Amino acid sequence: MSLTTAHSVVAPSSNSKRIAGTIIVLYALISIVPLLWIFATSFKTPPDSIAYPPKILFQPSLEGYCNLFTTRTRQTPEYINSLGPATGFCDETTRKRNMVIAGPSNFLPRFVNSLIIAFGSTFCAVFLGTLSAYGFSRFKVPLADDLLFFILSTRFMPPIAVAIPIYLMYRELGLSDTALGMILLYTAVNVSLAVWLLKGFIDEIPREYEEAAMIDGYTRLQAFWRTVLPQATTGIAATAIFCLIFAWNEYAFAALLTSGTAQTAPPFIPTIIGEGGQDWPAVAAGTTIFLVPILVFTILLRKQLLRGITFGAVRK
Amino acid sequence: MAEIRVQHLRKAFGDFVAVQDSNFVVEDGEFFVMLGPSGCGKTTTLRMIAGLELPTGGQILLGGDDVTMLRARERDIAFVFQLFALYPHMNVRKNIGFPLLAQGMPSAEIRTRVEETAKLLRIDHLLNKSVSGLAGGDRQRVALGRAIVRRPKCFLMDEPLGTLDTEFRDLMVHELRELHNRIRATTVYVTHDQMEAMSMADKIAVMNHGVIEQFGSPREIYDRPATMFVADFIGSPPMNFLGFGGGLAKGAREIIVQGAKVAVPEVREDIAPSDMALGIRPEHIRFDDASKLRGAIYGTEYLGTTQIVAVETADGIIKARVPAEIRLSTGDHVGLTLSSARLSLFEKGSGRAVRTAIHDVASERRAQHG
Repeated sequence: MSLTTAHSVVAPSSNSKRIAGTIIVLYALISIVPLLWIFATSFKTPPDSIAYPPKILFQPSLEGYCNLFTTRTRQTPEYINSLGPATGFCDETTRKRNMVIAGPSNFLPRFVNSLIIAFGSTFCAVFLGTLSAYGFSRFKVPLADDLLFFILSTRFMPPIAVAIPIYLMYRELGLSDTALGMILLYTAVNVSLAVWLLKGFIDEIPREYEEAAMIDGYTRLQAFWRTVLPQATTGIAATAIFCLIFAWNEYAFAALLTSGTAQTAPPFIPTIIGEGGQDWPAVAAGTTIFLVPILVFTILLRKQLLRGITFGAVRK
Repeated sequence: MAEIRVQHLRKAFGDFVAVQDSNFVVEDGEFFVMLGPSGCGKTTTLRMIAGLELPTGGQILLGGDDVTMLRARERDIAFVFQLFALYPHMNVRKNIGFPLLAQGMPSAEIRTRVEETAKLLRIDHLLNKSVSGLAGGDRQRVALGRAIVRRPKCFLMDEPLGTLDTEFRDLMVHELRELHNRIRATTVYVTHDQMEAMSMADKIAVMNHGVIEQFGSPREIYDRPATMFVADFIGSPPMNFLGFGGGLAKGAREIIVQGAKVAVPEVREDIAPSDMALGIRPEHIRFDDASKLRGAIYGTEYLGTTQIVAVETADGIIKARVPAEIRLSTGDHVGLTLSSARLSLFEKGSGRAVRTAIHDVASERRAQHG
C-alpha cells in the first residue's frame, strides 16, 4: 500500500494519468460549451436562434453581424419593392424581413471606446505599478508595509461598493461619460494589483544588476530602463493581461457612469436586445467580436502569462 | 590606476555598526584582499569604496581625490559581483561593451576595445554567445571583461569566486593573479576564503565585527598574527592556544606551560600578571618523548605527505602537523616540542599579541629593504 502511494508520488501511473486527463477534457468541454453556443448563435438566423429543440445543425448566416452593425426600420413591402436593387448581402437580408437599413449602429464606436479605455487604463496601471513596485522593492520607503497594506486594502471590497460616491464625484467633476474618467477609474482599481504583482517580480531581480550598471556609468533611471525592465517583462506582461481582462470585462461601473459618447461595449451589447425584438444572433455576434481582442492578447502573451502565474519564476 | 586611501571610515545601519573606524591604504597597482567571516563588514567597506553605500563617517580618497560622497558612476571604478550580474538579455559582446556605451564611445571603438579585452581573457570565441549558456568560469571571465574594458582607476571584487566549484576556483585564483600581474590594476578583493586571500594578495586586511584586526602581507599575517582572532582565522588547522598565567618581563625568553619550561622569542614589553595564551602553529610541533609537555593521541587525519594529529593535553586538544611516516595510534602518550623561534604570545583578555623578538626581526628586515 505504502509502496504504491510512494510510487504514485514519484511518477503518476498510466491509470491516474488517464483519469486526470479525462477530468480535464470533461471540464474543458463543459467550460467551452457556452462559448461555442454563443459562437454558433451568432451565425444563426433569428428564427433558428429561438427554435426549440435547439438546432445543432443549421444553415449559417451573417444576418446577426448585419444587424449588429446597422440600425433598421420596418417598411411596407410596396415601399421596399419600389427601391432599386439591393446593394449588398446585408441590404438583401434586411429587405427579406420587410426592413431597410437606416444607418450604422453604435456598436463600432462603443467597441472603439472599450479598446481605448481598456488599453489606456492597462497602460497607466502597469506604468504606475512598475514604478511604485520598483520604489517599494529597492528603496527604504517610510511606512512601506503600511502603505502596501493600504494599497491592497482598496481590493478588500468589490469596487462597486463605492459606486454611489464615485457617481456623485464624477458628476461634480464632469468626468461622467468621458473616456478619461473611465481610464482613471480602471487605473485606480488595477494599480493595487499591479503594484503587488510587480513588486514580487522585481524583488526577484537581484539588485546587483542595477548596481553594476550604475557603477558602469549609468544613472539609476537608465539602469532601471536597461537592466530591470528587460528582466521584468514576464511580470509586466502577466500584470498587463490581468489588468486588461478586468478593464475589458468591467460592466457595473461602465453601465453606471457611461451612457453616451464614452459607453463601452459591455453595457452596450445588452441594449441590442431591445431594438426590434429579441435579436439573439446580433447579441451573440457582438459578444463574439468582443471576445477577440482579449483572446488575441492572451495568446500573444501566453508564455509570459503561464510563467507569470507561477509567481517568482524569474530566472536568476 | 590609483591609490585608495581609507580614513576613519565608519558605517552604521541604525544601531548596528557594520564598520568602525577603518584605516588603510591600498597602494597603486596593489592586490589588496579584505578577509573575514560573514558579517564582519568587509563587503560594506567595499560597497562604500564603490559608492553603493554612503559612509556614516570618514573619508575615501581615490588617487588623491575625495570621493566619499560621490555617486558610483562618478568614481571611475569597476565592480565584479559575486553573482557576476551579467545581463541575461544581452550577449557576451554587449555585456562587455555596456560600460563603454555609457561613456558615449563610438561603436567602432567599442568593438575594438571589447575584442581586445576578450582576447586578453581568452574568451574572444564566445563574443556572440548568450551569457545564459556559459559555464561558471566563462561567466566569471565575462564579468572581469566588463570590469577591465573601461580601464578604471581600480577594481573592486566581492567574493567573485564564491559560487564556483572548488576545482574551477583554484584555476580562477591562478588566472586572476596572473591577470593582475599583467595589467597591474589596483584591486580590492573581498573574500572569506583564506586560501584565496593568501594565494593572491599583496596585502591582506583581516576584519572582524567591523574592525580591521590586522593589516599586512600574507606572510606577516600568518607568521605574526596581531590578535588571537587572526591567529585562529588563518591557517588550516588554525593556530593552537595553550593557556598560562602570570606576568611577563621585558627580556624574558622562557615561560612555564603546564609545568613544562618552553623557550619563546624574547619578550619586548612588560605585561602585568593576567591570563595569557601561547600560540603554536600545527607545523611547529614535533613529537619528542624527552619533552615535559605531554599529551595523549586523540585522533589522526592522514593527508598524504603530512598528517594532522589531535593531541589531548591538560589544556584541551591541540593539533600538530607531522610527517605522514610517523606511526601513531590513539591513546599513545607523546611529548611535544615546540619550535621556539616561531611561537606567539597573546593576552587572553584583549586577544592582543605580546610584542616579542619576531616582531622586531620583521621590522628590522623591512627597514633594510625599504
